[in-house]
Amino acid sequence: MKKVMLVLLIALLIMPSVFAAGQKDTAATGTKTVTVFGAFVDEEQRRFEEAIKPFEERTGIDVVYEGSKDFETLISVRVEGGNPPDIAGLPQPGLMMNFASQGKLVPMWDSLEATIDKNYAPVWKDLGSYNGTPFGVFHRVNAKSFVWYPKKAWARAGYEVPTTWGELVALMDKMVANGHTPWAVGIESGGATGWVGTDWIEDIMLRTAGPDVYDKWVANEIPFNAPEVKEAFEILGDIWLNPKYVYGGTNTILTTSFGDAQRPMFDNPPKAWMHRQGNFITGFFPDTVQANLEEEVGVFPLPAINPEFGIPVLGGGDQFVVFNDRPEVRQFMEFLATWESGESWAKAGGALFPYLNQDLNAYPNEIERSLAEALVNAKVFRFDASDLMPAQVGAGSFWTGIVDWVNGKPLDTMLGDVQRSWPK
Amino acid sequence: MAVLDTGTQKGGVLSQALLAIGRIAVSLFVPIVAFVILWAGFMFLRDSNAPQGIIALVAIIWGVGGVAMLFWVADWVVNRTPLHVAKKLQPFVFVGPALVILTWYLFLPTMRSLYLSFFDAQSKNFVGLANYVFAFTDTKMLESFLNNLMWIVLGTGGAVGFGLLIALLADRSKLEKVFKSLIFMPMAISFVGAGVIWRFVYAYKPAGEDQIGLLNALVTLFGADPQAWFTLRPWNNVFLIVILIWLQTGYAMVIISAALKGVPSSIIEAGRIDGASELRIIRSIIIPFIASTLVTVSTTIIIISLKIFDIVFTMTNGNFGTEVIASMQYKQMFRFYHYGRGSAIAIVLVIAVIPVMWYNLRQFSKREGF
Repeated sequence: MKKVMLVLLIALLIMPSVFAAGQKDTAATGTKTVTVFGAFVDEEQRRFEEAIKPFEERTGIDVVYEGSKDFETLISVRVEGGNPPDIAGLPQPGLMMNFASQGKLVPMWDSLEATIDKNYAPVWKDLGSYNGTPFGVFHRVNAKSFVWYPKKAWARAGYEVPTTWGELVALMDKMVANGHTPWAVGIESGGATGWVGTDWIEDIMLRTAGPDVYDKWVANEIPFNAPEVKEAFEILGDIWLNPKYVYGGTNTILTTSFGDAQRPMFDNPPKAWMHRQGNFITGFFPDTVQANLEEEVGVFPLPAINPEFGIPVLGGGDQFVVFNDRPEVRQFMEFLATWESGESWAKAGGALFPYLNQDLNAYPNEIERSLAEALVNAKVFRFDASDLMPAQVGAGSFWTGIVDWVNGKPLDTMLGDVQRSWPK
Repeated sequence: MAVLDTGTQKGGVLSQALLAIGRIAVSLFVPIVAFVILWAGFMFLRDSNAPQGIIALVAIIWGVGGVAMLFWVADWVVNRTPLHVAKKLQPFVFVGPALVILTWYLFLPTMRSLYLSFFDAQSKNFVGLANYVFAFTDTKMLESFLNNLMWIVLGTGGAVGFGLLIALLADRSKLEKVFKSLIFMPMAISFVGAGVIWRFVYAYKPAGEDQIGLLNALVTLFGADPQAWFTLRPWNNVFLIVILIWLQTGYAMVIISAALKGVPSSIIEAGRIDGASELRIIRSIIIPFIASTLVTVSTTIIIISLKIFDIVFTMTNGNFGTEVIASMQYKQMFRFYHYGRGSAIAIVLVIAVIPVMWYNLRQFSKREGF
């Protein structure tokens, strides 16, 4: 027994040192190394590493990517602890502004800025700037204003893609009359529960109030309980709070994980007939559906509500920023600003890229190609508002406000609470 | 030491002085060598590119050997001082390291939190008591105070109540060991692990689908509609507290059971001879006898309930009115980056725990060791 305990004790003692030792391997080779820290993991990490291989082969520079699901917490800890990565991929512009205001980031140098001006629409440079100084380079981005539907079942039922909001509402009523449930919605997402709802609100805001009011709303120049915001919630409420329109009603909205929410669309017969979500949702579809994506799934942009504002595109993306200024870090950043850095990932699927000069044929199917096209050609593109608002609201009261409202809290009270939580 | 001291009696003043200098030099030299060795080990571990196996080996020798060496050197230095000084220094060799670590890792951070709690989100501007005003007026904060109270009353009451009941019943059973082992088992599961397990118990699917949640499977078996348990205010708090009770009943039971064995059987026999009923014996003999144990167990679980976090975080994340103080602190600190509010809430939590802890420690010392 004592021997067993001794062995266990030694094993316990060894373990941390082995892990600690494992992290050092990369320093051993002697080649130049660039460390990148980001929020995406698993399959997405693999595809990113695949995408940057051409750079590593060409330059001999070793790019070490490390991903974490707790990225937002860890990056702040690392930066404050004086141990930042060379480059970090920040999902929220607010985080970039935070670091930029503290003087932790290396501003963009001339040659990189020239590349950005050439390869991106101006909106991306603005989103990566703080006080007029550009810092961030966008790489993989996503677009969210899309409605997905089971193509074959729609064909059998004779449903047609709506092109206006009026047609969409008519379609919903037609589905209900046929005994069908129009929408599949789920907003559960662990610590981030509620973000699916904020995306819906943002999409509706852009369509009813337009991009200018949207920008004011993001900056709190109009209060959170302004009539324009309330109107967006009322339009959403007409859909979400009507049990005929959403599969399973509010309980299912609140307790279904955002990734699983689309599943009822692919039951036979479908239990729900539409699902509004970003381009990344294809990765959550059942395997059989993913195998024949083009035959099984159709997609259309969420229609315009006020024709004046057309069909804006709502999206987000990780921007890469520099903490440590070294020649090899600069080289890698300039690589990230080119289509070459995204091509293999685009081919693998599940990612869109903002490059103006990208080759749309690289995308593996018609669906992703059309999404990328919509993204590059969008007249109005806006970043996810909840990522732009202060964290207290954008990652706090806005999310919980959605949850409380769906769970029965009166709309006016909720909107007032969110406004009060806005940091002064 | 006596052997060394004899040296001072011989020789002149000069040699005595030289000897004293030599002794001081040696006393300084040995700790310096020890420090250099430790430092070299640290640098090796930090920068070495040696194979993992060797690094691991060095880490063990350096870690375990380093602690032993530090103690040995400190003891050696102390023993070279005159006896009456050595006697006074000796305790610090033993307690010192613990005190240093406690100060560095516990006391100083607490003081820093206290300091930060008077500053704004970025810890730049002094804001007075504004963060404490937030902590005691914000609606979510008030909600979490109320919820924490519920955790304390129901969680502690449930765990101690069931623990006592099971300990009493098991004491009278032939299968005592089996029952106690079964009840004790959840203690081995972490709070987060328990959260993941219970998510499946409370899982919800719309009516008409296969229920993967145990509770909803039972409910639908009896013909009722499935319930989204987490969204039912205020009962969802109770559903979460049940998990704490499930985890902590085993702890309460084991401690209470040990105390039960200490109740002298002669007194119980005497009670029986006097014709007291079994309930009367429990109430008037057993409970008073184990009262101090009950208090200790209760205060321990009260502290756990006060700082409860993991269960709420994994199950509801504070949504649907289940926020608690610790989850509010986490959100302010790590999601909103409001260091002022986060620190203020942490301090409030510390202040709430201190009286319970103080009482708990007093009980421990009354019982003279644990």
